[in-house]
Amino acid sequence: MLLIDCPHCGPRNESEFHYGDQAHIARPENSESMSDQEWAEYVYLRENPKGLFRERWVHSAGCGRWFNAVRDTVSSRIVATYKQGEEAPISAEEEGGLL
Amino acid sequence: MAQKYRLPEGGRVDRSQPLRFTFDGKSYEGFAGDTLASAMMANGLRLVGRSFKYHRPRGIITSGVDEPNALVDLYSGTSKHEADARTTMAELVDGMDAKSINNYPLLKYDVGAVNSIFSKFFVSGFYYKTFMWPKAAWLKLYEPFIRKAAGLGTAPTVPDTDHYEKHYGYCDVLIIGAGPAGLAAARQAARSNARVWVVDDQPELGGHLLTRSATIDGKDSDAWIAEVRAELEAAPNVTLKTRAQAISYFDMNYVAIWEKVTNHMANPPANMPRERLYRVRAGQVIIASGSHERPLVFADNDRPGVMLAGAAETYVKRYGVKPGKRAVAMVNNDYAYGSILALLDAGIEVPLVCDLRQEPDGALTQAVKDRGVPIRAGHAIVAIKGKNSVRGVKVAALSEDGKALAEGEKPASQACDLVVHSAGWTPAVHAHCMARGKLAWSDDMSCFLPSEGSDANPNVSAGNCAGQMDLASVLTSGHEAAGQVLEALGMPANNAPAAPTADPEAASSTRILWIVPGEKELGYGSAKHFIDFQNDSTAFDVQLAVREGMHSIEHVKRYTTTGMATDQGKLANLNAIGIVSEALDVAPEKVGTTTYRLPYTPTTFGVIAGRDIDELLDPARTTAMHPWHEDNGAVYEDVGQWKRPWYFPKKGESMHKAVLRECAAVREDVGILDASTLGKIVVKGPDAGAFLDLVYTNKFSSLKPGKCRYGLMLNEDGMILDDGVTSRISDDEFYMTTTTGNAAPVLDHLEEYLQTEWPHMQVYLTSVTEQWATATIAGPKARDLLAEICSDVDLSAEAFEFMSWREGTVADCPARIFRISFTGDVSYEINVPSDYGLHLWNTLMQVGRKYGITPYGTETMHVLRAEKGFIIVGQETDGSVMPFDLDMNWIVSKKKGDFIGRRSLYRSDMSKPDRKQLVGIKTVDPSVVLEEGAQLVRELKAQPPMDMVGHVTSSYMSPACGRSIALGIVKGGLAAKGETLYSPQPDGKVIEVVTCSPVFFDPEGSRQNG
Amino acid sequence: MRYSAFSLLRNTLSHHKNWPQLWGSPDPQPEYDVIIIGGGGHGLATAYYLASQHGINNVAVLEKAWIGGGNTGRNTTIVRSNYLWDESAKLYETALKLWENLSQELNYNVMFSQRGVMNLCHNVHDVRETKRRVNANRLNGIDSEFLDAQQVKEFCPAIDLRGGGRYPVMGASLQRRGGTARHDAVAWGYARGAAKRGVHIIQNCPVTGFDIEGGAIKGVQTAKGPIKAKRVGMVVAGHSSVLANMAGFKLPLHCRPLQALVSEPVKPAIDCVVMSNAVHAYISQSDKGELVIGAGTDAYCSYGQRGSMHNTEGTLAAICEMFPQFRRMKMLRAWGGIVDTCPDASPIIGKTPVEGLYINCGWGTGGFKATPGSGWVFADTIANERPHALAEPFALSRFSSGYLIGEHGAAGVAH
Repeated sequence: MLLIDCPHCGPRNESEFHYGDQAHIARPENSESMSDQEWAEYVYLRENPKGLFRERWVHSAGCGRWFNAVRDTVSSRIVATYKQGEEAPISAEEEGGLL
Repeated sequence: MAQKYRLPEGGRVDRSQPLRFTFDGKSYEGFAGDTLASAMMANGLRLVGRSFKYHRPRGIITSGVDEPNALVDLYSGTSKHEADARTTMAELVDGMDAKSINNYPLLKYDVGAVNSIFSKFFVSGFYYKTFMWPKAAWLKLYEPFIRKAAGLGTAPTVPDTDHYEKHYGYCDVLIIGAGPAGLAAARQAARSNARVWVVDDQPELGGHLLTRSATIDGKDSDAWIAEVRAELEAAPNVTLKTRAQAISYFDMNYVAIWEKVTNHMANPPANMPRERLYRVRAGQVIIASGSHERPLVFADNDRPGVMLAGAAETYVKRYGVKPGKRAVAMVNNDYAYGSILALLDAGIEVPLVCDLRQEPDGALTQAVKDRGVPIRAGHAIVAIKGKNSVRGVKVAALSEDGKALAEGEKPASQACDLVVHSAGWTPAVHAHCMARGKLAWSDDMSCFLPSEGSDANPNVSAGNCAGQMDLASVLTSGHEAAGQVLEALGMPANNAPAAPTADPEAASSTRILWIVPGEKELGYGSAKHFIDFQNDSTAFDVQLAVREGMHSIEHVKRYTTTGMATDQGKLANLNAIGIVSEALDVAPEKVGTTTYRLPYTPTTFGVIAGRDIDELLDPARTTAMHPWHEDNGAVYEDVGQWKRPWYFPKKGESMHKAVLRECAAVREDVGILDASTLGKIVVKGPDAGAFLDLVYTNKFSSLKPGKCRYGLMLNEDGMILDDGVTSRISDDEFYMTTTTGNAAPVLDHLEEYLQTEWPHMQVYLTSVTEQWATATIAGPKARDLLAEICSDVDLSAEAFEFMSWREGTVADCPARIFRISFTGDVSYEINVPSDYGLHLWNTLMQVGRKYGITPYGTETMHVLRAEKGFIIVGQETDGSVMPFDLDMNWIVSKKKGDFIGRRSLYRSDMSKPDRKQLVGIKTVDPSVVLEEGAQLVRELKAQPPMDMVGHVTSSYMSPACGRSIALGIVKGGLAAKGETLYSPQPDGKVIEVVTCSPVFFDPEGSRQNG
Repeated sequence: MRYSAFSLLRNTLSHHKNWPQLWGSPDPQPEYDVIIIGGGGHGLATAYYLASQHGINNVAVLEKAWIGGGNTGRNTTIVRSNYLWDESAKLYETALKLWENLSQELNYNVMFSQRGVMNLCHNVHDVRETKRRVNANRLNGIDSEFLDAQQVKEFCPAIDLRGGGRYPVMGASLQRRGGTARHDAVAWGYARGAAKRGVHIIQNCPVTGFDIEGGAIKGVQTAKGPIKAKRVGMVVAGHSSVLANMAGFKLPLHCRPLQALVSEPVKPAIDCVVMSNAVHAYISQSDKGELVIGAGTDAYCSYGQRGSMHNTEGTLAAICEMFPQFRRMKMLRAWGGIVDTCPDASPIIGKTPVEGLYINCGWGTGGFKATPGSGWVFADTIANERPHALAEPFALSRFSSGYLIGEHGAAGVAH
């Protein structure tokens, strides 16, 4: 049971949240001109890193809002959580660990 | 004589409260404060069970959670039946009924003990090497035999009627263990502003001080414990839990604690749970979980009457029981002499002590020597006499390296009925490791100690489990641990107490011999050196595993099952590591440990499930009209969490008859359906229309207020997610309906896109599923019926067209009436605020009587919609179906631009002609109704395998068509309508079918539009 | 040495001193014909079949820790082939047929026990979908039958048909040829068989990089130095994404924790495998007597090999619902593994963008049952440098063309 610090509500148990996989992937505007391969990458390909990961969560049993987190996928440690549209507030050193 | 091994005085039992219990049907007496083990011991019961593989007779070895042998079934055959209960942890209760396990027909004369004769054959891994011939015999002969012989107790067969509770807990400091280290920590933490939890598995605080008392802060440890307890109980910031075991430690300091609430009560109050599970989130954790005494690995160290020295001491001091009358000891450390002193004090004769050390030193050793007990340095017990109970030992001097008997040594016999032994104490690092802490090998102490912690789980180990073994340093480390975590929390103790003090112990030596040699080399002769007592794995087994190439400790564990018994290797693991390190000739650090798995001690399923059982596993949702359905004999279908009426049988009516009757009523008169379970979402805001254009395959921004439109929603992979009718309430408000099961997923889907992809859009989504109750009336007389109870809406076909909605008053309630149809007949979906739902339904039933109103359920709804070829998402679709497969190209807008899933529709595999596509299906024999899920082939073969081209998704007897009808998806089905297909049945028969248009009834739609 | 009751007796007489090592501990050679990365069941089976079926014996299996220590040693040992889609059914049935003779083939008792696997239905929708699958299995030549509620009770008397009131049992599919096996023995048996045929099984040898020239594989970098090979098979389950990244391509995989647990051992109480998608749990009993129970996956990406408490709570609530008499049983041990799952819950087998580098991954929650079949088709794929016919539909390219093999139903409960 992770303890996730919702940027809107504060720390809450993981069971209040739903997972949303990799963060910062914009839906392509130009899908018409994309190849099948490029489109498949958008639909199916996500980073699956061993280490720090920028990912999305939604506080579904709370404020209902989507936000982002940086979490270590090995230790489960959550380095930071931040609102949508913000940059990940992490150090350069941590940034280096990001895939 | 009752309790012939009970000491005349002493111990912490309450002699004024005798309790009766039975063991294998015979009645015995013990005292309040006993465990079942101590009570059995008081009655001279030695032989308490049989081992797993060899069915060797076994007795009590320990006095705590680490007990591998003394397991029983409690309360057999009742709702309180507990298999494999650990007698050393079961507090004695009046009327307790215990049964020995793993023996047949009797504990004393067990047929399975024949295995012992073949034990040389049954070495580790033997079963991988045999039982392979003949092939069929594995399932029929060998495995049933193995299964019957394996297992320990018997599983309960009667449901447990007790209940269990779960709670969350939050604290700043959690202290695991209330022995001297835990109490020293708690006393300081209690004086801070931190919220403190203290948990201990025993009924009393004090830990090992309950066994070996001492002087702390100049007073008797009992007095010190009482003082600390009083302070903790008085402190408002402290939560103190006894009989509460921390069983597992998860990330972010989330610790599960298992509390036994009423197990120790003969007649617990009915409202109290049997057990509780606390899931505690702690800011900091102090692990003060102590240590386990380690057995020596010597010949026949499993015989009843052989036990750990510390356990023997506990039985004497804490329970006032004599584990025997004459004891021989074998030890390798000074601390164990304290146990021998306790035995002497209890009047137990100790004719001799074998000390593996060449030069036994230490204060306690000296004290025993001073009592005139002969101490044989460099000597060992090399054989045990007696099978069901120890009768004596053989003692011999060891060679210098301890690997064999000294040259020419003739073992000498010594009669005794008790053997106590100790190889020292192993720190209980379980919690530290579950918290992802690392270990480092200590050469000084010959054990693993906590090294690094994990920054995700702030904790500190203190006391024995941190490698602090003498009482003075245990107390100091507990005190300091509290200081450390309070500082980390920024919550220092006010008026902090001084660290509790005890007299330090003088240093003394220890000698590690991972294997104490017996009379014969390992593997020769009949003696066995057990490591894992319950699983019957021996030092020889471990050596054999290494010889066969199992060089990883994990392989050794799995090959020999060492450490996999119900004590989870608390006794076995370190010895196994030591023996492997010797066999491989590498340092124990290189061997490493196996993973410390949760839980620390086996935990009841029921308490982990808690209240989430029976009806509460997944609470059912019911509609406002549910009371009427209940009163009128509805049979329900579970759809998602909802209870939906499936059909409404009249007395004695079959489902088939009821559905025919309900169908006829809708086609001829008027039927009424509770449609309240459909998901309802309000989509509101200036961009609502544009948003829906992105969400649905077809256009909604062009929909006029007052109008309704059917829409199809896709996932980004192009596959159908959901469908439903969405109506425009006003310029900036739409009212969306979803399928019953998909209401929540659809809302989540919409929210996700709205928030993460199109945050600039001004749209608000609100679930109103539970705000509205919906009664659908359908059939030729629906309009007339509605007209009787709705006077403010012009219901004429011209004024209130199909696919439009009106606001009005129905049955005196404010209502929204949607003229949409899932049946193909004139149909009104009347929505009223939920509180009025039952009133609306009752009114419709009452007024509708003269129109022959008939309630119908989901089955009739399915038949009627199938007659019209309307799909059901999740029935005609399965996540692999896209709109073109359903011949629904008309609903996929080519002009409006992008929408979710659009691009995926144009991938290369999407336009293949042999995709599975929706067709109608008619059996050649119109009376035959296909099974839903029946598979279809184009070419029949005499035998499978045959190539399947599709399957039947929906199938019914249609009263309107006067024949059976079906829908299905068939490869290339759209282009090949009219083709003959076959459905081979399990019984070998074949049903011949012809594909057709999926619309079977009123293809022009004149009825629904009328 | 051939294993048999006779050899056991003979070795007993010589005090078990003469048993040979099961797979030895060779040092790596500078070059092999084929390198298999990953010493789990799938990797070892691949190496075994390369040697036994394709005459390719100059093979190394590189294992980063100890063989069989990943998902092979962490699963709940269920074997069945009753998958919905033709492509999956054929693949898993190939595996099942190999299972049926595996102990004899390997001369190592993997304790494959065909005690039957039931998948329960609790509502009308379940019944429809189950019948669809049963019918499809049957026409694919796979044994599969539909049981009504009464027949379910007869086959598994321990079950409570009321399902706690919320999940009444309405029927089940039954595959009688399905069952369980001894997971560790599968790794050990294949390792022993492969080693006997000359395969080098090299433990404690993590791969740290790939040598790729002109888009073709030349060898790998390892903790024990560089090793050359023109053909490399990657069978590393939960670490597939990590290795693929090293080799310069990406995989549509998600790694999540999957948990399982066992109870304390008891005398025989349940004689088959019972699975339920809706209640979300499954159970069988091991030869040792432990109830073997699974399990849910956590939602989030994780390489931690550990799951969450609330998942276990849900699993045991489900078990208590179906078997209320087990509420007083005790959980002895729980553990987690990393499952690598594709968006369609089907595996990826075949070529990668790097020539000579082959991949076999994405088995998600159901890889154990496929072990022999997976090794069989993967060995054939590597040996002939083209996908085996059964592997073709499971190509990486399916994600762009759109022909996915959606086995979420069959894999609905992680198993």
